[in-house]
Amino acid sequence: MSHKVSVFRAEHFNAAHRLNNPSWSEQENQRVFGKCNLPNYHGHNYELIVKVTGEIDVETGYVMDMKLLSDIISDKILNKLDHKNLNQDVPEFKNLNPTAENIVVVIYELLRSSISEHLDLQIRLYETPRNFVEFPVS
Amino acid sequence: MPTLYLTRREHFNAAHKLYNPNWSKEQNDLVFGKCANENWHGHNFELFVTVKGSPSEETGFIVDAKLLSKIINTYVIDVLDHRNLNMDVPFMEGKICSIENLIYEIWLQLEPQMPIGVKLHGLKLVETPRIFVEYFGE
Repeated sequence: MSHKVSVFRAEHFNAAHRLNNPSWSEQENQRVFGKCNLPNYHGHNYELIVKVTGEIDVETGYVMDMKLLSDIISDKILNKLDHKNLNQDVPEFKNLNPTAENIVVVIYELLRSSISEHLDLQIRLYETPRNFVEFPVS
Repeated sequence: MPTLYLTRREHFNAAHKLYNPNWSKEQNDLVFGKCANENWHGHNFELFVTVKGSPSEETGFIVDAKLLSKIINTYVIDVLDHRNLNMDVPFMEGKICSIENLIYEIWLQLEPQMPIGVKLHGLKLVETPRIFVEYFGE
C-alpha cells in the first residue's frame, strides 16, 4: 500500500532589491511601485518553504532524503541569493523585476531539475511575515 | 499609581551593508563576511519601543499608543523604511550600520520626543528572527 506524503524544508535568506520597470518613466515607476522603487534599494528577510510530495519509498521510509533536499536548496538557491542584491548580483533578474512572484518562479525552476520527476514540487516564499506567494498553484 | 511598561511594535524594511571604510576590501570581507557585499543586502526589521510610566487617572493610559506610534513613525520608521541605511539615513551617516549602532541612534531620535511624563525605557531591534539587540539608555 502506498501513501502520498508532503515533506517540507524551511530555509531563509536576506537580500536587497528594488522594483523597477526600465521601460517606464521614473514617475510611472514611483506611481506603481511606491517606496519599493526607491533608487538605493531596500531589503527583506525571505523565508523559503520547499514542499516535496510523493509516495513513501519502501526501502528508506522517505519521500525524499531531507539532508539531500537541504543541500540542493543551499547549493542552488541560498548560495545564489543570500546576502545579495537581487537586481545587481543575480543573473536571473538582470531583465526580470524581482517581485516575490518572479522570485518564487525562479526558485522553482532552479530546483525542479535537481529533484526527481516522480516528486511534485511547490514553493512558498515569504517576503515579509505578512506577504507571501506560492508556485505552482495547487 | 503603579509603574508599568507599555510596548509598541513597528516594522520597516531596509538595505544595508557592514563596511568599515578605513579598512581594505579584504579586511572588510574577513571581518564582516557576506554582510560586506558591496551591492547591499537587506532585512525586515522589527522595532519594539517600551515606555515606562503610571496610568493617567483621566485616561487610564501611560501614553496614547496611537500618539506613540505617530512619534515612532515620524522620527524613525518614515526615515528608515524601504531605505538604504548606509546611503539614505542622515542619522547613520559616517557610522557602521550594525544593529548595535542603529539601535543607539534610534534611541537618540526618540528620547527627546517623548511626551511629558513618559519615559523611554527600552528598545529592542530585531534584524532577523534569530538576531536582535536591546538598549536601555545606559
